[in-house]
Amino acid sequence: MRPIATTRSASGMPTGLLAVWWVVASEIVIFGGLLASYLMYRLSHDSWSEQAANTNTAIGATNTFVLLTSSFLAVSAHAAAEKGDGKKAARYLWYTIGGAATFVAIKSYEWYTEISHGFTITSNTFWSFYYTAAGIHALHVIAGAFIMAIVAREAAKGLELHRVELIGIYWHFVDIVWIFLFPLLYIAK
Amino acid sequence: MSEQEHEHEHNYGKVYLILLVLLAVSILGPMLEIQVVTLITAFGIAGVKALLVARKFMHINEAPKFISYLMTTCLVFMMLFFAGVSPDVMESSGDNWKKNLKMWLYSPPPAHHASHDPEGHGSGGH
Repeated sequence: MRPIATTRSASGMPTGLLAVWWVVASEIVIFGGLLASYLMYRLSHDSWSEQAANTNTAIGATNTFVLLTSSFLAVSAHAAAEKGDGKKAARYLWYTIGGAATFVAIKSYEWYTEISHGFTITSNTFWSFYYTAAGIHALHVIAGAFIMAIVAREAAKGLELHRVELIGIYWHFVDIVWIFLFPLLYIAK
Repeated sequence: MSEQEHEHEHNYGKVYLILLVLLAVSILGPMLEIQVVTLITAFGIAGVKALLVARKFMHINEAPKFISYLMTTCLVFMMLFFAGVSPDVMESSGDNWKKNLKMWLYSPPPAHHASHDPEGHGSGGH
Protein backbone atom coordinates (compact mmCIF):
# COMPACT_ATOMS: atom_id res chain seq x y z
CA MET A 1 0.00 0.00 0.00
CA ARG A 2 1.34 3.42 -0.93
CA PRO A 3 1.82 5.86 1.95
CA ILE A 4 -0.74 8.65 2.24
CA ALA A 5 0.23 12.20 3.20
CA THR A 6 -1.87 12.92 6.28
CA THR A 7 -0.29 16.27 7.11
CA ARG A 8 0.82 19.12 4.88
CA SER A 9 4.01 20.71 6.15
CA ALA A 10 3.46 23.82 4.00
CA SER A 11 -0.01 24.54 5.39
CA GLY A 12 0.70 23.17 8.86
CA MET A 13 -2.58 21.32 9.05
CA PRO A 14 -3.92 17.80 8.34
CA THR A 15 -4.67 17.08 4.66
CA GLY A 16 -8.33 16.27 5.37
CA LEU A 17 -8.87 19.55 7.21
CA LEU A 18 -7.25 21.51 4.38
CA ALA A 19 -9.47 19.67 1.86
CA VAL A 20 -12.64 20.53 3.78
CA TRP A 21 -11.69 24.21 3.90
CA TRP A 22 -11.15 24.09 0.11
CA VAL A 23 -14.62 22.57 -0.28
CA VAL A 24 -16.06 25.37 1.85
CA ALA A 25 -14.19 27.97 -0.25
CA SER A 26 -15.73 26.57 -3.45
CA GLU A 27 -19.17 26.43 -1.84
CA ILE A 28 -18.88 30.11 -0.89
CA VAL A 29 -18.71 30.92 -4.60
CA ILE A 30 -21.59 28.57 -5.49
CA PHE A 31 -24.04 29.74 -2.82
CA GLY A 32 -22.69 33.30 -2.77
CA GLY A 33 -23.33 33.56 -6.51
CA LEU A 34 -26.82 32.18 -6.14
CA LEU A 35 -27.70 34.53 -3.28
CA ALA A 36 -26.15 37.55 -5.02
CA SER A 37 -28.16 36.80 -8.20
CA TYR A 38 -31.33 36.50 -6.14
CA LEU A 39 -30.62 39.78 -4.39
CA MET A 40 -29.99 41.64 -7.65
CA TYR A 41 -33.23 40.43 -9.20
CA ARG A 42 -35.19 40.92 -5.98
CA LEU A 43 -34.04 44.55 -5.65
CA SER A 44 -34.93 45.36 -9.26
CA HIS A 45 -38.33 43.59 -9.24
CA ASP A 46 -40.69 45.00 -6.62
CA SER A 47 -43.38 42.57 -7.75
CA TRP A 48 -41.38 39.71 -6.23
CA SER A 49 -42.58 40.78 -2.78
CA GLU A 50 -46.08 39.62 -3.77
CA GLN A 51 -44.67 36.18 -4.58
CA ALA A 52 -42.45 36.11 -1.48
CA ALA A 53 -45.55 36.79 0.64
CA ASN A 54 -46.62 33.21 -0.16
CA THR A 55 -43.66 31.57 1.58
CA ASN A 56 -44.33 30.26 5.09
CA THR A 57 -42.24 32.14 7.70
CA ALA A 58 -43.19 29.74 10.53
CA ILE A 59 -41.87 26.76 8.55
CA GLY A 60 -38.69 28.66 7.59
CA ALA A 61 -38.12 29.66 11.23
CA THR A 62 -38.69 26.08 12.43
CA ASN A 63 -36.13 24.81 9.94
CA THR A 64 -33.66 27.49 11.08
CA PHE A 65 -34.15 26.30 14.67
CA VAL A 66 -33.61 22.68 13.55
CA LEU A 67 -30.38 23.52 11.71
CA LEU A 68 -28.98 25.67 14.55
CA THR A 69 -29.70 22.81 16.98
CA SER A 70 -28.07 20.27 14.65
CA SER A 71 -25.00 22.55 14.41
CA PHE A 72 -24.79 22.60 18.22
CA LEU A 73 -25.03 18.79 18.24
CA ALA A 74 -22.30 18.53 15.59
CA VAL A 75 -19.92 20.72 17.59
CA SER A 76 -20.74 18.64 20.71
CA ALA A 77 -19.73 15.54 18.71
CA HIS A 78 -16.46 17.29 17.88
CA ALA A 79 -15.85 18.06 21.57
CA ALA A 80 -16.46 14.39 22.45
CA ALA A 81 -14.11 13.23 19.65
CA GLU A 82 -11.39 15.57 20.93
CA LYS A 83 -11.61 13.80 24.29
CA GLY A 84 -11.29 10.46 22.49
CA ASP A 85 -14.85 9.40 23.36
CA GLY A 86 -15.87 7.84 20.03
CA LYS A 87 -19.15 6.40 21.29
CA LYS A 88 -20.36 9.77 22.57
CA ALA A 89 -19.22 11.48 19.38
CA ALA A 90 -21.12 8.93 17.29
CA ARG A 91 -24.24 9.41 19.40
CA TYR A 92 -24.14 13.19 18.85
CA LEU A 93 -23.58 12.65 15.13
CA TRP A 94 -26.68 10.45 14.95
CA TYR A 95 -28.66 13.18 16.72
CA THR A 96 -27.35 15.60 14.08
CA ILE A 97 -28.51 13.21 11.34
CA GLY A 98 -31.90 13.24 13.09
CA GLY A 99 -31.84 17.03 12.70
CA ALA A 100 -31.06 16.66 8.99
CA ALA A 101 -33.94 14.21 8.56
CA THR A 102 -36.31 16.59 10.37
CA PHE A 103 -35.17 19.47 8.15
CA VAL A 104 -35.78 17.46 4.96
CA ALA A 105 -39.16 16.20 6.22
CA ILE A 106 -40.32 19.76 7.00
CA LYS A 107 -39.01 20.99 3.64
CA SER A 108 -40.85 18.18 1.82
CA TYR A 109 -44.12 19.12 3.55
CA GLU A 110 -43.52 22.80 2.71
CA TRP A 111 -42.83 22.08 -0.96
CA TYR A 112 -45.82 19.74 -1.18
CA THR A 113 -48.06 22.53 0.15
CA GLU A 114 -46.59 25.15 -2.17
CA ILE A 115 -46.75 22.95 -5.27
CA SER A 116 -50.35 21.97 -4.49
CA HIS A 117 -51.17 25.70 -4.32
CA GLY A 118 -49.76 26.11 -7.84
CA PHE A 119 -46.36 27.59 -6.96
CA THR A 120 -43.95 25.50 -9.01
CA ILE A 121 -40.40 26.02 -10.28
CA THR A 122 -41.82 27.23 -13.63
CA SER A 123 -44.42 29.63 -12.14
CA ASN A 124 -42.12 32.66 -12.41
CA THR A 125 -38.53 33.77 -11.75
CA PHE A 126 -39.05 34.19 -7.99
CA TRP A 127 -40.19 30.58 -7.59
CA SER A 128 -37.39 29.39 -9.91
CA PHE A 129 -34.86 31.02 -7.57
CA TYR A 130 -36.72 29.75 -4.50
CA TYR A 131 -36.74 26.09 -5.58
CA THR A 132 -33.20 26.22 -6.99
CA ALA A 133 -31.61 27.80 -3.89
CA ALA A 134 -33.58 25.76 -1.34
CA GLY A 135 -33.20 22.61 -3.47
CA ILE A 136 -29.40 22.86 -3.79
CA HIS A 137 -29.21 23.56 -0.06
CA ALA A 138 -31.42 20.54 0.74
CA LEU A 139 -29.17 18.35 -1.43
CA HIS A 140 -26.20 19.52 0.66
CA VAL A 141 -28.12 18.60 3.82
CA ILE A 142 -28.86 15.10 2.47
CA ALA A 143 -25.25 14.57 1.30
CA GLY A 144 -23.95 15.79 4.69
CA ALA A 145 -26.24 13.37 6.53
CA PHE A 146 -24.97 10.42 4.46
CA ILE A 147 -21.32 11.32 5.05
CA MET A 148 -22.06 11.86 8.75
CA ALA A 149 -23.55 8.36 9.00
CA ILE A 150 -20.31 6.88 7.59
CA VAL A 151 -18.21 8.96 10.01
CA ALA A 152 -20.48 8.04 12.96
CA ARG A 153 -20.17 4.31 12.21
CA GLU A 154 -16.38 4.53 12.32
CA ALA A 155 -16.37 6.87 15.34
CA ALA A 156 -18.49 4.40 17.36
CA LYS A 157 -15.60 1.93 16.97
CA GLY A 158 -13.14 4.63 18.06
CA LEU A 159 -11.72 4.93 14.51
CA GLU A 160 -10.89 8.04 12.45
CA LEU A 161 -12.11 10.43 15.14
CA HIS A 162 -10.49 13.41 13.38
CA ARG A 163 -13.18 13.09 10.70
CA VAL A 164 -15.82 14.23 13.20
CA GLU A 165 -14.34 17.74 13.06
CA LEU A 166 -14.18 17.64 9.24
CA ILE A 167 -17.85 16.76 8.71
CA GLY A 168 -18.68 19.29 11.44
CA ILE A 169 -17.04 22.14 9.50
CA TYR A 170 -19.04 21.20 6.38
CA TRP A 171 -22.23 20.98 8.44
CA HIS A 172 -21.74 24.40 10.04
CA PHE A 173 -21.23 25.88 6.57
CA VAL A 174 -24.54 24.37 5.41
CA ASP A 175 -26.09 26.00 8.49
CA ILE A 176 -24.54 29.39 7.58
CA VAL A 177 -26.03 29.18 4.07
CA TRP A 178 -29.49 28.62 5.57
CA ILE A 179 -28.94 31.53 7.99
CA PHE A 180 -28.81 33.79 4.89
CA LEU A 181 -31.48 31.97 2.89
CA PHE A 182 -34.00 32.35 5.72
CA PRO A 183 -34.27 36.18 5.72
CA LEU A 184 -33.98 36.34 1.91
CA LEU A 185 -36.77 33.89 1.14
CA TYR A 186 -39.00 34.09 4.21
CA ILE A 187 -38.56 37.45 5.94
CA ALA A 188 -38.08 40.06 3.18
CA LYS A 189 -41.65 40.31 1.89
CA MET B 1 -11.10 17.05 31.30
CA SER B 2 -8.78 20.04 30.96
CA GLU B 3 -10.01 23.48 31.98
CA GLN B 4 -9.83 24.71 28.38
CA GLU B 5 -11.95 21.79 27.09
CA HIS B 6 -14.50 22.37 29.84
CA GLU B 7 -14.66 26.06 28.94
CA HIS B 8 -15.08 25.19 25.24
CA GLU B 9 -18.06 22.93 25.94
CA HIS B 10 -19.59 25.49 28.25
CA ASN B 11 -19.17 28.11 25.52
CA TYR B 12 -20.91 25.92 22.90
CA GLY B 13 -24.06 25.91 25.03
CA LYS B 14 -23.85 29.67 25.54
CA VAL B 15 -23.30 30.32 21.82
CA TYR B 16 -26.28 28.08 20.97
CA LEU B 17 -28.53 30.06 23.33
CA ILE B 18 -27.33 33.37 21.85
CA LEU B 19 -28.08 32.02 18.35
CA LEU B 20 -31.63 31.11 19.42
CA VAL B 21 -32.19 34.57 20.91
CA LEU B 22 -30.91 36.15 17.68
CA LEU B 23 -33.25 33.91 15.67
CA ALA B 24 -36.19 35.11 17.78
CA VAL B 25 -35.19 38.76 17.21
CA SER B 26 -34.81 38.21 13.45
CA ILE B 27 -38.39 36.85 13.33
CA LEU B 28 -39.97 39.44 15.64
CA GLY B 29 -38.13 42.53 14.29
CA PRO B 30 -39.66 42.47 10.77
CA MET B 31 -43.15 42.17 12.31
CA LEU B 32 -42.89 45.89 13.16
CA GLU B 33 -42.93 46.49 9.37
CA ILE B 34 -40.37 49.30 9.57
CA GLN B 35 -37.90 48.90 6.69
CA VAL B 36 -34.77 49.90 8.64
CA VAL B 37 -35.68 47.61 11.53
CA THR B 38 -36.33 44.73 9.08
CA LEU B 39 -32.97 45.27 7.39
CA ILE B 40 -31.09 45.33 10.69
CA THR B 41 -32.95 42.52 12.44
CA ALA B 42 -33.21 40.17 9.46
CA PHE B 43 -30.01 40.74 7.49
CA GLY B 44 -27.75 42.35 10.13
CA ILE B 45 -28.51 39.57 12.59
CA ALA B 46 -27.98 36.93 9.86
CA GLY B 47 -24.43 38.30 9.51
CA VAL B 48 -23.86 38.14 13.28
CA LYS B 49 -25.24 34.58 13.45
CA ALA B 50 -23.01 33.47 10.55
CA LEU B 51 -19.97 35.04 12.21
CA LEU B 52 -20.76 33.33 15.52
CA VAL B 53 -21.10 29.92 13.83
CA ALA B 54 -17.88 30.44 11.84
CA ARG B 55 -15.83 31.55 14.86
CA LYS B 56 -17.28 29.47 17.69
CA PHE B 57 -18.41 26.27 15.94
CA MET B 58 -16.12 26.08 12.90
CA HIS B 59 -13.19 27.53 14.90
CA ILE B 60 -12.04 29.52 11.88
CA ASN B 61 -10.07 31.85 14.16
CA GLU B 62 -8.08 28.86 15.48
CA ALA B 63 -7.18 27.68 11.96
CA PRO B 64 -4.04 29.07 10.25
CA LYS B 65 -4.51 32.67 9.08
CA PHE B 66 -4.45 31.72 5.39
CA ILE B 67 -7.78 29.88 5.81
CA SER B 68 -9.54 33.15 6.72
CA TYR B 69 -7.76 34.87 3.80
CA LEU B 70 -8.87 32.08 1.45
CA MET B 71 -12.52 32.40 2.48
CA THR B 72 -12.43 36.20 2.31
CA THR B 73 -10.77 36.14 -1.13
CA CYS B 74 -13.49 33.83 -2.53
CA LEU B 75 -16.20 36.05 -1.08
CA VAL B 76 -14.66 39.32 -2.26
CA PHE B 77 -13.98 38.11 -5.84
CA MET B 78 -17.50 36.72 -6.09
CA MET B 79 -18.92 40.05 -4.89
CA LEU B 80 -16.67 42.01 -7.28
CA PHE B 81 -17.96 39.96 -10.20
CA PHE B 82 -21.56 40.60 -9.20
CA ALA B 83 -20.91 44.30 -8.61
CA GLY B 84 -19.55 44.41 -12.18
CA VAL B 85 -22.60 42.86 -13.79
CA SER B 86 -25.24 44.35 -11.49
CA PRO B 87 -25.90 47.50 -13.64
CA ASP B 88 -26.78 45.25 -16.61
CA VAL B 89 -29.24 43.30 -14.48
CA MET B 90 -30.69 46.02 -12.28
CA GLU B 91 -30.84 49.04 -14.60
CA SER B 92 -32.94 49.40 -17.73
CA SER B 93 -30.75 52.11 -19.30
CA GLY B 94 -27.43 53.89 -18.89
CA ASP B 95 -24.87 55.97 -20.82
CA ASN B 96 -25.19 54.97 -24.51
CA TRP B 97 -27.27 51.86 -23.83
CA LYS B 98 -30.86 50.91 -23.27
CA LYS B 99 -32.32 47.52 -22.40
CA ASN B 100 -34.64 46.37 -25.16
CA LEU B 101 -37.39 44.40 -23.46
CA LYS B 102 -38.42 42.80 -26.79
CA MET B 103 -35.01 41.14 -26.91
CA TRP B 104 -35.92 39.29 -23.73
CA LEU B 105 -38.92 37.63 -25.39
CA TYR B 106 -38.42 34.38 -27.19
CA SER B 107 -38.70 34.46 -30.95
CA PRO B 108 -38.07 31.44 -33.19
CA PRO B 109 -34.92 31.53 -35.38
CA PRO B 110 -35.33 33.47 -38.69
CA ALA B 111 -34.41 30.43 -40.82
CA HIS B 112 -37.39 28.59 -39.37
CA HIS B 113 -39.71 31.41 -40.51
CA ALA B 114 -38.22 31.58 -43.98
CA SER B 115 -38.75 27.89 -44.69
CA HIS B 116 -42.45 28.21 -43.82
CA ASP B 117 -43.08 31.46 -45.69
CA PRO B 118 -44.90 30.52 -48.92
CA GLU B 119 -44.16 33.93 -50.52
CA GLY B 120 -40.46 33.84 -49.55
CA HIS B 121 -40.50 37.17 -47.66
CA GLY B 122 -38.06 35.99 -45.01
CA SER B 123 -38.56 36.59 -41.31
CA GLY B 124 -39.91 40.11 -41.39
CA GLY B 125 -43.33 41.06 -40.07
CA HIS B 126 -43.44 38.68 -37.09
